[in-house]
Amino acid sequence: MDKTPQTEPRQSWTFSNSINSEIRRAADTGIYDIRGGGAKRRVPHFDDLLFLGASMSRYPLEGYREKCETSVTLGMRFAKKPIELKIPITIAGMSFGSLSGPAKEALGRGASMAGTSTTTGDGGMTEEERGHSDKLVYQYLPSRYGMNPDDLRRADAIEIVVGQGAKPGGGGMLLGQKITERVAGMRDLPVGIDQRSACRHPDWTGPDDLEIKILELREITNWEKPIYIKVGGARPYYDVALACKAGADVIVLDGMQGGTAATQDVFIEHVGQPTLACIRPAVQALQDLGLHREVQLVVSGGIRTGADVAKALALGADAVSIGTAALVALGDNDPKWEAEYNKLGTTAGAYDDWHEGRDPAGITTQDAELMKRLDPEAAGRKLRNYLNVLTLECQTLARACGHNHVHNLEPEDLCALTMEAAAMAQVPLAGTNWYPGKPGF
Amino acid sequence: MSTTLDMATTELREVNTMLQTAAKAHANENYIITNARGSHAMACGLDGPLTVNVKGSTGYYCAGMNKDATIIVEGSAGPGVAENMMSGVVTIEGDASQYAGATGHGGLLNIKGNASSRCGISMKGIDIVVHGNIGHMSAFMAQKGNLVVLGDAGDALGDSLYEARLFVRGTVKSLGADCVEKEMRPEHIEILKELLEKAGADARPEEFKRYGSARKLYNFNIDHADAY
Repeated sequence: MDKTPQTEPRQSWTFSNSINSEIRRAADTGIYDIRGGGAKRRVPHFDDLLFLGASMSRYPLEGYREKCETSVTLGMRFAKKPIELKIPITIAGMSFGSLSGPAKEALGRGASMAGTSTTTGDGGMTEEERGHSDKLVYQYLPSRYGMNPDDLRRADAIEIVVGQGAKPGGGGMLLGQKITERVAGMRDLPVGIDQRSACRHPDWTGPDDLEIKILELREITNWEKPIYIKVGGARPYYDVALACKAGADVIVLDGMQGGTAATQDVFIEHVGQPTLACIRPAVQALQDLGLHREVQLVVSGGIRTGADVAKALALGADAVSIGTAALVALGDNDPKWEAEYNKLGTTAGAYDDWHEGRDPAGITTQDAELMKRLDPEAAGRKLRNYLNVLTLECQTLARACGHNHVHNLEPEDLCALTMEAAAMAQVPLAGTNWYPGKPGF
Repeated sequence: MSTTLDMATTELREVNTMLQTAAKAHANENYIITNARGSHAMACGLDGPLTVNVKGSTGYYCAGMNKDATIIVEGSAGPGVAENMMSGVVTIEGDASQYAGATGHGGLLNIKGNASSRCGISMKGIDIVVHGNIGHMSAFMAQKGNLVVLGDAGDALGDSLYEARLFVRGTVKSLGADCVEKEMRPEHIEILKELLEKAGADARPEEFKRYGSARKLYNFNIDHADAY
C-alpha cells in the first residue's frame, strides 16, 4: 500500500521545547522558576559596538612604551575620604550566605591584589571579607541584616541599595537550604527558614527621605565615607538625577544582565533595561546637572572583557563593576565539574540554581564539604589575573584610540553594528554618521 | 553638672561630634540640647555611656544606631527614631512618628505617647514600649525582641512576623499575615513585668494579650499563596 506523503514534523516557535518544558515544570510544582544570575536572553550589548581606532585624524599611543593611566577616585563630592582605585573595575555586592566564606575571601584577596574594591551584600560584613579586602564597600540594604554602626565605620564606603538590574522593584529570598547556623546568626533569624529581603527600605520612602537618611549615615561616620546609591536599570535618567538630588557621591547603575543570588526567572528576564541602554541616559542626567565626573558613575551588568570595560567608559562611565564574571574567574560553572552538573540536571555554563546551595564549585553554597573545594588563595590569584587582563585589554583599546587615560575614551571613538545598539548607545551606525533619534535627522 | 548645646547657635555636625566624642570617652556625662527645632539625625551614632536630654521635638532618625547612651526627647520624635539601635535607652516623652525603632537590635525604646505606622518594622532584638497606641503595619517582618503596647494597635499588626513577641493591652484592629494570638505563659508574664517596670508603665502584665508568628510562612508552600 502506498504511504500518504506527510510533511516533516514541525516544532512551534511559540511553543518551543524550552517553553513547553517550563509549562510542564510549572504544572508539576505549582511555583515559579527561581534561579540565580542575570538575564540570559540576547539583548543589544557591548558586542554590538566597535572602536574606530586612530588613523589620519588622531594618532595612537605606543602599546609597550607610552603610559595609559587606569586609576579612578570614587566619592569626591562630599566624602572626606574618597576611595582611590588602581583600576576602574570593582567587585559588585554579593552576600555572605549566598556565597560561601571562602568565596568571599577569594573575592577580597583578588580585588586587593589588583588594587580595587570589593563589596558586601545582604547579610552583613564577615571577618573573611573585611580582613582580606583592602577596600570594602558596605551595602546598606532594605533587610538591614547584620547592620551595625561598628561595621559601618570600618567600611571604606557605604552603598545604599535601592535596586539591582536583575530585579528592579523586587526583593530577594535566601532559601532555607542555605541558612546555616552562622548565616542565621548574622541575620537574627531561625536556622533553616526562607529569609526574605524586602524590596523597600523600612525607614524611608522616596528621594526626599533618602536625603535625610544619607545625612544620618554621614553624621554617624563623621562624613568620611563615600556614599554610593545603587539602582537597577529601570528609568536611568530620572533615577540618576534623583540619586544626585538625594546626595550620592557615587551612583552604581546595574543593567538587566546583572546577576542575583536568587529571583524569579520571570523577573530576571522581563523587568529592566539592558545595560547598554542605561548608560547614555544616566550620563545625560549627570551632565544636565553639571555633575558628570563629580558624581562618579559605576556601570554593571554583563561586563566580561576589557572591551566591555572600555566601551562602558567611552560611553561616560567612571568605572565598571563585575559580579558574575568574577565568580566565573573563581571557578563557577567550570567544565571540570561537568559530571556533577549533569547529576544536578544541568551542564557547565548553564548552572544557575545557586539558591539550592549544591554548587559543585563550592562558591554559591554553605555546604561545609563543597566549600572545601574552593581554595581562597588560588581562587583569589585567578581573580587577580582576570582583573589584570581586563585592565590590559582596556588600556590596549584606549591607546589604539590615542588616549593616555582610559577615562579619555569617548563616544566619538565608537560606532555601532546594529540599529538597536546605535540607538541605545547614541553612536553612529557603522559606515554612517547617523543613529536613530539623532537630532537634526 | 550638664553641658548645654544650643542648636540655635551650634551646627548639627558640631553637636553630634561633641556627643559622639563624649560617648566614646566613656565619661558618663550629661548633655542638654536646646532649640532642637525638629533637627534631623540628632544624637545619632553615640557609642558609650552618656545622657542626652533634648528640649523640644526632633526630626528624622534621632538616636539612630545608638549604643549604650541614654537619650531623652522632651517632645515628640520624627520618623525613624532610634532606628537600628543596638543598646541603651531612648525615651520619647511625646509621640513618635512612623518607623520608630526600625530594625533595632537591642536596648529599650520607651515612647510615652503614641507611635505611628510601622513601629518596630524589621526589629531584630530591640524592646519597644509604647504607652499609647500604635499605627498600622507595626512589627512588619519583626524578627526578634519585644513590642509592648499599652493602648490599641492598628491594622495588620505583625504582618509576616518572625520571632518577635508582641504584647497589646488594648484592641487590635487586625492581624497581619501569619500573626496569631498566642498563650501567655509564665515566662511571658515575667518578660512583660520586667519591661513594664523598666519603662515606668502603669499596667499589669495580666492585662495584655500576646501575639506571635504562626510560622506557616517560614518556608514557601504553594498552598499558602493566598497569604501573599
